[in-house]
Amino acid sequence: MGTSIILLCLVVLGAVAYIAARSRATALAGGKSSALHSRPGYYGVYAAIWAILPALIVLCAWLAISPSIIESSVRGAFPDDVKAQPAAQQNLNYGMVGAIARGLPLLAPDEISGAGKDPAGLQAKLAAKGVPLAGQPQPYMIEAAQKLNVQSGSSRLVMTAIVLALAVAGSFYALREVAPRFRARNRVERVMLWGLLLASSIAILTTIGIVLSMLTEAAHFFAAVPAADFFFGTVWDPRFAGAGSSSFGQFGLIPLLLGTLYIGFVAMLVAVPVGLFAAIYMAEYADPRVRSIAKPLLEVLAGIPTIVYGFFALVTVGPFLRDLSSQVSGLLSGNYTNFIQAQSVLTAGIVMGIMLIPYVSSLSDDIITAVPRALRDGSLGLGATRSETIKKVVLPAALPGIVGALLMTASRAIGETMIVVLAAGVAARIQLNPFEPMTTVTVKIVNQLTGDLEFTSPQTLVAFALGITLFCITLCLNIYALYIVRKYREQYE
Amino acid sequence: MNMLTEAAVEKALDQKMNTVPYKMIGQDVSVYYGEKRALFDVKLNIRENTVTALIGPSGCGKSTFLRSLNRMNDTIDSCRVTGKITLDGQDIYDPDIDVVELRARVGMVFQKPNPFPKTIYENVAYGPRIHGLAKSKADMDQIVELSLQRAGLWNEVKDRVHEAGTGLSGGQQQRLCIARAVAVSPEVILMDEPCSALDPIATAKVEELIHELRENYTIVIVTHSMQQAARVSQRTAMFHLGNLVEENDTDKMFTNPDDPRTQDYIMGRFG
Amino acid sequence: MTDIVSPVQGVVVSKAPERRDIGLKRRYAAERRFRAYGVAAISFGLIFLAILLTSIVSKGYTAFQQTAITLPIEFSEKVLDPNNKRATDPSVLVAANYPVLIRDAMIKALNLNASSRPDVRDATAMISKGAPIQLRDMVVADPSLIGKTVNVTLLADANIDSANKGQIDLKVDEKNRKVNDRQVGWMKQLAESGALHKKFNTGLFVNGNSSRPEAAGLGVALIGSLYLMLIVLVLALPIGVAASIYLEEFAPKNKLTDLIEVNINNLAAVPSIVYGLLGLAVFINFAGLPRSASLVGGLVLSLMTLPTIIIATRAALRAVPPSIRAAALGLGASKMQMVFHHVLPLAMPGILTGTIIGLAHALGETAPLLLIGMVAFVANAPATPMDPSTALPVQVYMWANEAERAFVERTSGAIIVLLLFLIVMNFGAILLRRRFERRW
Repeated sequence: MGTSIILLCLVVLGAVAYIAARSRATALAGGKSSALHSRPGYYGVYAAIWAILPALIVLCAWLAISPSIIESSVRGAFPDDVKAQPAAQQNLNYGMVGAIARGLPLLAPDEISGAGKDPAGLQAKLAAKGVPLAGQPQPYMIEAAQKLNVQSGSSRLVMTAIVLALAVAGSFYALREVAPRFRARNRVERVMLWGLLLASSIAILTTIGIVLSMLTEAAHFFAAVPAADFFFGTVWDPRFAGAGSSSFGQFGLIPLLLGTLYIGFVAMLVAVPVGLFAAIYMAEYADPRVRSIAKPLLEVLAGIPTIVYGFFALVTVGPFLRDLSSQVSGLLSGNYTNFIQAQSVLTAGIVMGIMLIPYVSSLSDDIITAVPRALRDGSLGLGATRSETIKKVVLPAALPGIVGALLMTASRAIGETMIVVLAAGVAARIQLNPFEPMTTVTVKIVNQLTGDLEFTSPQTLVAFALGITLFCITLCLNIYALYIVRKYREQYE
Repeated sequence: MNMLTEAAVEKALDQKMNTVPYKMIGQDVSVYYGEKRALFDVKLNIRENTVTALIGPSGCGKSTFLRSLNRMNDTIDSCRVTGKITLDGQDIYDPDIDVVELRARVGMVFQKPNPFPKTIYENVAYGPRIHGLAKSKADMDQIVELSLQRAGLWNEVKDRVHEAGTGLSGGQQQRLCIARAVAVSPEVILMDEPCSALDPIATAKVEELIHELRENYTIVIVTHSMQQAARVSQRTAMFHLGNLVEENDTDKMFTNPDDPRTQDYIMGRFG
Repeated sequence: MTDIVSPVQGVVVSKAPERRDIGLKRRYAAERRFRAYGVAAISFGLIFLAILLTSIVSKGYTAFQQTAITLPIEFSEKVLDPNNKRATDPSVLVAANYPVLIRDAMIKALNLNASSRPDVRDATAMISKGAPIQLRDMVVADPSLIGKTVNVTLLADANIDSANKGQIDLKVDEKNRKVNDRQVGWMKQLAESGALHKKFNTGLFVNGNSSRPEAAGLGVALIGSLYLMLIVLVLALPIGVAASIYLEEFAPKNKLTDLIEVNINNLAAVPSIVYGLLGLAVFINFAGLPRSASLVGGLVLSLMTLPTIIIATRAALRAVPPSIRAAALGLGASKMQMVFHHVLPLAMPGILTGTIIGLAHALGETAPLLLIGMVAFVANAPATPMDPSTALPVQVYMWANEAERAFVERTSGAIIVLLLFLIVMNFGAILLRRRFERRW
């Protein structure tokens, strides 16, 4: 039976259990719902849960585990010389077995029995039925495929039987429990509570998933490339070699890290003064009308997808800077060659800075507004001007919070991808000229993973090493920023 | 020698009082918060080197009047002040008068101590620094020491002037705020319920301070405690619902007030 | 200041002391400068916003129109089916020589000398290379067309389209241009006769991706993005609300809860590309889900949007006053009933607003989708979320990388579509908030 049919049966059984339990409860109470502990519906839901939930758990577990069990059983039956082959070859073999297994049911019975004698013919027949094979099937594979089918079939049968039996048994158990004083609602609510708890743990599971998955893949990478070479290497030159080739280039992190930090630095140079002054003006000087227009408009900058910024940098800002630089050099030296490349640190930095303005300004706005009025009054009462009050009292008081805001913005800048992919270039060099292209960690992650993937090669796995580095850096920045902001908030509570 | 009768003493005191110059004069002062009127044509005169107490039940407008004296009401958007307030005969709302300069001459101490999150030294030095009153570091050190002495705080903090001002006790913080106000060398010091957040011992210290400060500064203090007004002030003004009910010598106010409302308030019949 | 005799019974007014120099002029100048910096900063931001939007819109609005040429096409039997085999073998019609039909139609329309090879070649080049397929589909669907002459509207080639929209500089030397002078002349000729015209570019919304800019469209990307949004809505909203309810109403204040909260705050700030790596490692590599499928993209974006929804929902739940909860509990409701029957409905507007904002953010996300492979060239619309697909922002990325100039217009047009969606969603969120938000 297909999985969807099993699920449908479960749903139907659950519905039946619901109705049965609910009417039983009402009947037992002699028609008076006040005699029941819980509303009738809860008894129904209780029975439905008992019908569906255990069966569903077993179903999921079976579906998850049985393929591996069957696979190891079939592989165990491989001839010894096949088992001695390298792991990659074994995987290919098993893949072909699986394909044959899929195709065999499509053939006529006489074709199946004759298959063992004519492997090439089998390949053609299967291809005609729409099941292509990567190569010529070997005799042991056909046997193994038949075994696979048999085992899968019986496993499925057993699973269906068990699951449905569980569902029925569960419903009966629940129905037996139904009684007027039975606290159905409490039981149901306990199950609901577990459900809510499970949902909350997805947050932790996600973090664990991120860390574990990237660590394991990165570990595979570090098996091929020593960690010291990666973390302290100054040359980035991965060569996409074919499978089995020995020369695979160098994977130095330093040029990428430098690019990330340099571009982030330029971006902060743009975003911090603009954002901070905008926040100060809106918090301290602007009248409510101006503020109600300017603030949402600046927030629009935050809502524009980064791909749009990247495109803007690519087709407008980059060429503009390039042409500007050729005009300037022409005016200065008569030679109209541009000294700013279209894809450069400056282009990417400026556009990223514009994107970050609303982050700085809205975080700072909140922090500046949170400085107590009493401090401002104290300063004004001594005869300070507004700007003096801001510069010497409000901003120093808000400083920890603003530093936290800046750290979070920096973290955002470091993790940014699309703007740098389109505007910063792919040249992994160590140099400090902002008019030249430099690449970042995020660009390289994208580069290494878009293209032909061979998942076990260092070229691909390095992306995970880069990823975990990025994750750690941004995590540290974020934790530190949150810590500072929390400490600052305590100061005023 | 004539026997000095009570009446004669009173008359002499009256005459003495009447020769003290007026530092600030309020004529028909009204204050509006948006549409709501908070003060109704208040006529009040503040005498030089005198402690004038403003008393009355909550919400009667005494703090509002106090804040008008150094134009702190300007920082509230919806607030509007009409009438005339003069300092040394000059209208403080005159366009020629600079509000920054006014506030350097008329200082303020607030209800809840609000030292800046800086060191004690920096708190006191803030005012003189922005106004450029110290010509050298030695000058500034002197100003800071003198102000802290005037606030009665020097002996307690002289070993830790470079520590945070927020690390002091409540009473010490308020005296720090007084030192900060004094450092600017104002002529008038306004105090808005300066002791309401302090314990009795700290309150006593501050009241003693007020007594000493009177020699050099004109003081206007808002207080909700009549006993405090009786202790520290020479002149008292009673406010009620935005109106100035009575203004008199403190002794007379508390023993034989002119207005029955004053009498009722003092007797505790309302408030 | 001299003594002023006060109006009050001859008592003197005090004398003002000597005026101190407190540097007012300098300080007020500094004040004015400071204010100016603030205004300058805000203007800087807003000006750049304006530049960004005008630049994109000016480059993209022409993408919504497409140049087409309407020609009478003679479906000559001699060309298509000379041996009259079509009744028995329909595949003849599929393999027939359709480009000849177009060539002949252009020769006729422009009155060309059929033996002049350069002329014929240049003229035929003015029609899109996808036009023969269009004709083929017409004939295969309706073989009775053979023998008739019908007016067919064909897409112009991308270069002609650009020239017609004035995007090609005609002052440049002919050899360096994509459109030569003869073609320009023919364009004018066809335009005068009404054969060459601009029509609304439905292809932009309906077609899948194509290497020919004139035929490239967002159809696949729009459906892909729709699948993504649906999956995120179906997954992230219930899980997010459930998690928030647990954390806000039921969780005991212990270390585990603290850990979960710190986790959520951190996840909200993790770069989106890391989620892409997670999706690649777990969903594709480990679980074996198909690459480029919108299901995987949906799962990745759901994980990314989850923290946003949780934070917004918690704020909405917190805004419901404790008095409501106390009232429900006081009437004998259980905690679960109190939450689901009373608190949750009242918090719904805030939750939905946060969800819409989260969805809008997810709609514009590109990096994670690149890593899980939704960057493939997909020409046919995905039937289910398991089929390979792409998404709107990824399509923008792919077109942005194309070298051909005509793709700049398409990319900008696609961005306009994306921004319109975002504007609608954000307005929806604002309207929702205004309409249903209560002030307690």
